[in-house]
Amino acid sequence: MAPTPDGPPALRLDGVTRVFRAGGRVIRAVDGVDARVERGSITGLVGPDGAGKTTLMRLVTGLLRADSGRIEVLGLDIGRDVAAIQGRIGYMPQRFGLYEDLTVRENLDLYADLQDVPKSERAARYGDLLHMTGLGPFTGRFAGRLSGGMKQKLGLACTLIRAPDLLFLDEPTVGVDPVSRRELWAIIDRLTGASGMTVLISTSYLDEAERCGTVLLMHEGKLVGADSPAAFTAPLAGRSYRIAAAGLGKRRLHERLDGAPGIIDATIQGAYVRVVTDSAGLPPLPTLLPDLDGVAADPVPPRFEDAFVARLRQERPALPAPPAAPSPDGAARDGEIIVVRDVTRLFGSFTAVDRIGFSVGRGEIFGLLGANGAGKSTTFRMLCGLLPPSGGTLTVAGYDLRHAAAAARGRIGYMAQKFSLYVDLSVMDNLRFFSSAYRLTGARRRQRIAWALEEFDLETVADAACRDLSLGYKQRLALAAALMHEPDILFLDEPTSGVDPLARRDFWRRINRLAETGVTVLVTTHFMEEAEYCDRLVIMAQGRILATGTPEDLRDRFRSAQMPDPTMEDAFIALLETAPAGTA
Amino acid sequence: MNASLIRLGGLLRKEFLQILRDPSALAIAFLLPAVLLFIFGYGVTLDAHDVPLALVIDHADATTASVAGALAHSPYFRISRPPDIEAAETALTDHRIDGIIWLRSDFARRALSGRTASIGVILNGTDANSARLVEGYLQQTWATWLAAWGARRGQPSPVPVLVQSRVRFNPAVSSRDNLVPGLIAVIMTLTGALLTALVMAREWERGTLEALMVTRVTIREILIAKLVPYFVLGMGGMAASVVMAVTLFHVPFRGTIPVLVVTSALFLLASLGMGLVISSLARNQFVAGQIAIITTFLPAFILSGFIFDIDSMPAAIRVVTHVVAARYFVSILQTEFLAGDIRAVILPNAVALAVMAAIFLGVARLSARKRLD
Repeated sequence: MAPTPDGPPALRLDGVTRVFRAGGRVIRAVDGVDARVERGSITGLVGPDGAGKTTLMRLVTGLLRADSGRIEVLGLDIGRDVAAIQGRIGYMPQRFGLYEDLTVRENLDLYADLQDVPKSERAARYGDLLHMTGLGPFTGRFAGRLSGGMKQKLGLACTLIRAPDLLFLDEPTVGVDPVSRRELWAIIDRLTGASGMTVLISTSYLDEAERCGTVLLMHEGKLVGADSPAAFTAPLAGRSYRIAAAGLGKRRLHERLDGAPGIIDATIQGAYVRVVTDSAGLPPLPTLLPDLDGVAADPVPPRFEDAFVARLRQERPALPAPPAAPSPDGAARDGEIIVVRDVTRLFGSFTAVDRIGFSVGRGEIFGLLGANGAGKSTTFRMLCGLLPPSGGTLTVAGYDLRHAAAAARGRIGYMAQKFSLYVDLSVMDNLRFFSSAYRLTGARRRQRIAWALEEFDLETVADAACRDLSLGYKQRLALAAALMHEPDILFLDEPTSGVDPLARRDFWRRINRLAETGVTVLVTTHFMEEAEYCDRLVIMAQGRILATGTPEDLRDRFRSAQMPDPTMEDAFIALLETAPAGTA
Repeated sequence: MNASLIRLGGLLRKEFLQILRDPSALAIAFLLPAVLLFIFGYGVTLDAHDVPLALVIDHADATTASVAGALAHSPYFRISRPPDIEAAETALTDHRIDGIIWLRSDFARRALSGRTASIGVILNGTDANSARLVEGYLQQTWATWLAAWGARRGQPSPVPVLVQSRVRFNPAVSSRDNLVPGLIAVIMTLTGALLTALVMAREWERGTLEALMVTRVTIREILIAKLVPYFVLGMGGMAASVVMAVTLFHVPFRGTIPVLVVTSALFLLASLGMGLVISSLARNQFVAGQIAIITTFLPAFILSGFIFDIDSMPAAIRVVTHVVAARYFVSILQTEFLAGDIRAVILPNAVALAVMAAIFLGVARLSARKRLD
């Protein structure tokens, strides 16, 4: 940790609580938080969606008032000196706060005016910021025409226009491609290193926690830990392993290890299953996996996420394994169920998807990986028959989507990014609606609704209004709705973005079981980690496919002396950097 | 230069750039007024012209021919002659005609004998307003005919008193001359309240206000920066509407420009104040738009005296009209256009507008905080 300089910390919270009332519901968005942010540090505010990060950001910037507790920013009490504080801090809200119909230069001018930057200093300041963000060539471009990564950097430049003492960044890396993420972190490192600026950055990407000097870990409004990332992971030393078994598929192996005695976490990672144990050392393999030969287990270094999962598991023990999935009843496991050939989609003169091609086998989990704007959603909409392609052929379950989109749609289930649920209806009413939308009637309809309630543990909330459900429940309900008519193919659009790691594990456990029964799963994601669950995936950028293969294949392509164990994100970035412009 | 003025200058420049680049703001300020003026100037009129009527004459003779002639020459009616009353009733039911004038077989006999001769008139009352209008025209036509007929026969008019009406200020009694000034008040409500509420809600929606608030800018600067551009836009729309009214629709303008400018400014400030109050309640454009339409645009249409006469409203509704700023402005505009600078009308209404502007702007200032809650 950075040495603590003299004087008050950059930020101090004592017993801060903020409650929201919505309908009859009381949400303790920030619940008795005590925390300190030292001067000159990079502090990460880490937690899943709904943990209270944004509320906390708004409390410390004076945008919201705390119900109780005390907040001191740069030694000043926020209740009394909010104007003085706002003159010395910088804040970038989640949507960057840019005026999209102003140019880059006009946005900078506006914020320079608002932050009292003297006209004489502007030229030099703009030069620095434009150089740092790489926006120099684009000063005349409208902010709305910038890519997500460029908007993020412009938003940052605007908040830095008058070098603040303390910089607050609220989820700056959401939906931004990995290259831009990496560049943003480089900028933040330079800021704190050179000028001694203090940065509080919130993120739901747990891997970003490891880049921070200190991490404030939040969950459901409470601060569940505050320490350096190393201190978080230290207790987990010697408890993470990577296991592979010859002759047993990774999903079968995962099913065996998930919830096994002594194992608190099991995730699929490429060809391996990564486990975290409840105490140092792996239980002896013969007891852990009896009747299995050729099991190889290697220790791997702990990750920040392991620490979070371990803490959450103390409160929430592992869910009981879901009831056994129906047997595959001889579903054909071979043959290609989705074939995409030379598909192009134009919007006016803009090429959203550019001559892509891939095929997906029955029972496969297939991923489309890419940043926002890479063409994933357009590809998805074409596969669901919602958008006709401008060129090329798409075949889904044997139907050519040009001629038989409706027939193909009867065979697919679709779970949209924002869970297209009717939030004013109860869980039961949503299930009734979706079952009738899929034309289920009579006994079959009753049977499927009963199945959904049981399979997804929704019985206890059957009468609750959907808007009152937590993100994890909504996700389960949306998945249940998409499966009402027992589709052969399931489309998942950014399914787990923002949910906490335990909910994400629960979700993938179900998806794995579905795949085992022969359901084909197509998933889009910008979460590099989610790609690990896929059997095969394509990496997309600017409407083109850069690479196709298994997660191991893609990582292997970029294994080198400098990168002995590249992550999916490393592979992605290397791919973007090496892809010759203009070719697929 | 003062830091506050620099901040304000930055915000104002931003606002004007956005207005120039966003076609929807300019459309609400200039296109919508033009469209509304065209609709009301050319399309909608409250006068009756060429009302289709059926004339049924049971027994034709010279007297009935004279009546038929009088009706046929009236610009208000278009007379058809169905064979009998049954055919006429069918036509009325089918909405092919709006009314029936029925001269019964004994009409001539009674009229000639000096006894009371009656004309049967059957009107379609589904639209009570036009029915009353037609009734009035018919009575007028009938009185004229009686006088002419009596004079020809050397008899004194059976009608002892003749009403000689003179309509002041709008001699042609053209409803357009009355509607167009009132319409300008409605148009100004749109730019003032609706546009301001929408652009403020847009800043909430896009999260830009959240970023602005955590700067050195003060809430007063934010509000002034929203008021000034839309004040300019509103006055521009006003000027365009007045020019259109006078040149295109030939509505007379008998007042003076300074009075018009000052009262318009007061009304616009009241509207802008309402827009800002709405935007502090509604933070998305859809809700802000709905609230603005319901609380400012519709009342300006219905309760301002623009179309419906306030004096003929029920007492309770009349009380409500006093909180509708457009009511005072419609009075002022109709007076300025048709009568002139009538101090007794302009002054009290202008004071009322000033009070409303002060109240709404005050509430907007007090309810605005540099906070999200």
